[in-house]
Amino acid sequence: MIVEVKGIGKTYDNGVEALRDVNLAFPQGQLTTLLGPSGCGKTTLLKIIAGLIPRNAGEVLVKGKPVDGPGPERAFVFQDFALLPWADVLRNVAFGLELRGVERKEREETARRYIAEVGLKGFEHRHPNQLSGGMRQRVGLARALTVNADIILMDEPFSSVDEQTRRKFQEDLLDLLRHHQKTVIFVTHSIEEAAYLSDQIALLSPRPGRVSKVINPNVDRMKTPDEIRRDRGYLDTVDEIWGMLRQYV
Amino acid sequence: MKMVLSLVVWAVLWEIAGRLKISTIVPPFSAVIEAASEIAPTEKFGKAAIITLRSFGLGMLLALVIGIPLGIVMARVKGVGRLLGMWVNIFVSAPISALVPILMAVIGIGETTVVVTVFLFAVFVITLDTQVGITHADRSLVEMGRSFGATRSQLYSKILLWSALPEILAGVRLGAIRGVKGVVIGQLLVAIIGVGELFEVYSNNFLMEEFWALVTIVFLFAFAVSEAIAYLERRVEYYAASR
Repeated sequence: MIVEVKGIGKTYDNGVEALRDVNLAFPQGQLTTLLGPSGCGKTTLLKIIAGLIPRNAGEVLVKGKPVDGPGPERAFVFQDFALLPWADVLRNVAFGLELRGVERKEREETARRYIAEVGLKGFEHRHPNQLSGGMRQRVGLARALTVNADIILMDEPFSSVDEQTRRKFQEDLLDLLRHHQKTVIFVTHSIEEAAYLSDQIALLSPRPGRVSKVINPNVDRMKTPDEIRRDRGYLDTVDEIWGMLRQYV
Repeated sequence: MKMVLSLVVWAVLWEIAGRLKISTIVPPFSAVIEAASEIAPTEKFGKAAIITLRSFGLGMLLALVIGIPLGIVMARVKGVGRLLGMWVNIFVSAPISALVPILMAVIGIGETTVVVTVFLFAVFVITLDTQVGITHADRSLVEMGRSFGATRSQLYSKILLWSALPEILAGVRLGAIRGVKGVVIGQLLVAIIGVGELFEVYSNNFLMEEFWALVTIVFLFAFAVSEAIAYLERRVEYYAASR
């Protein structure tokens, strides 16, 4: 277990209780999805794991050690991309290394490699406003990969990306993360996305958010993407999740 | 192009009004230009220009060095923002010229008073715009910076300042325009140095060509300063639009 959360509770200043006694474990090298209806606190939980917002109760363990803030072993991919609009793709991707004081030549070399890996070769000197939503999120992903963190935290990364781009992106994402053996914690409200991507799915109930069920989809990952989408295990998982979630809707 | 055309139209109208001798206060535009070309090379004008530019430059420098950090602090530290916000807002709209005689009494009659006048004219709008820019800086960029381990000073130097740059530049442009007013008003009220002294000399002796020539030069200077900053603004606008 590379990441564990124990007894996490969070109440916002306005009195809204977002999370209560959340316990979860995230196995190394696997993709775990936090899935639930809007307002169930899944993004809050992800940001607590990232160390971006403080919790009121419980603890977060990364590689067995309690953490209280952001750390170099975790990298975040943002829902709204969070790219510097005044910087080109190259600088954006290298920004994590820039903040760590890595020398320019070295960090740009690393950045170029990951820009190519996410399929943006040739766009190094474009600015974010010259890119489509899907391409911007590829920049966000490349930035997270560049800092070489073991754990990638993704907050609804595809929600601002159109449907056709999303499928291609999901497939590329799976390939990339398998290749780099990253541990991924992924927030989404899309059942299909969760079933398609995940090794483990944590279903959260709405306010206050609690883990209502952990599902391990029985999907053969060796199959091609199109086969997976017609796979029995995949379809069963979608049905099972929907059966759980419909009571909250 | 439009701007040039509009300037030409006004110059022609001015020329006609001058030729018609509507008022002795309005000489023809061509005479004003002639006077401008006569006074510009004189040593007296050169000295006045240098004194004026120096006061303007020093006052603006002070306004930038104090105004921008103050705006940042007001945006980031709630208590300071609440404490000073009201005062900055009052002083932005207050007639600062009324304070110049008091400054003269406190600081004395001289260049320092003019520098302080320029500073007071320019600083508050710069502070206010910086505060607005930092307050509205993209929260998620700050969060991104923190998630990648940015230190406090990196958050400011690599994210917040850049994010607020369009507002800061707008404030600097407005501040510089006010600063030009400040330097002229300061010198006029103190009335013994720089361009202000020349204004006094020309209007007291009813040298209207020279007077208007000086007005035109000051206008052109203010216009040039504002356009130079506006050029910078346009250069950062392409990304500001995408925020």
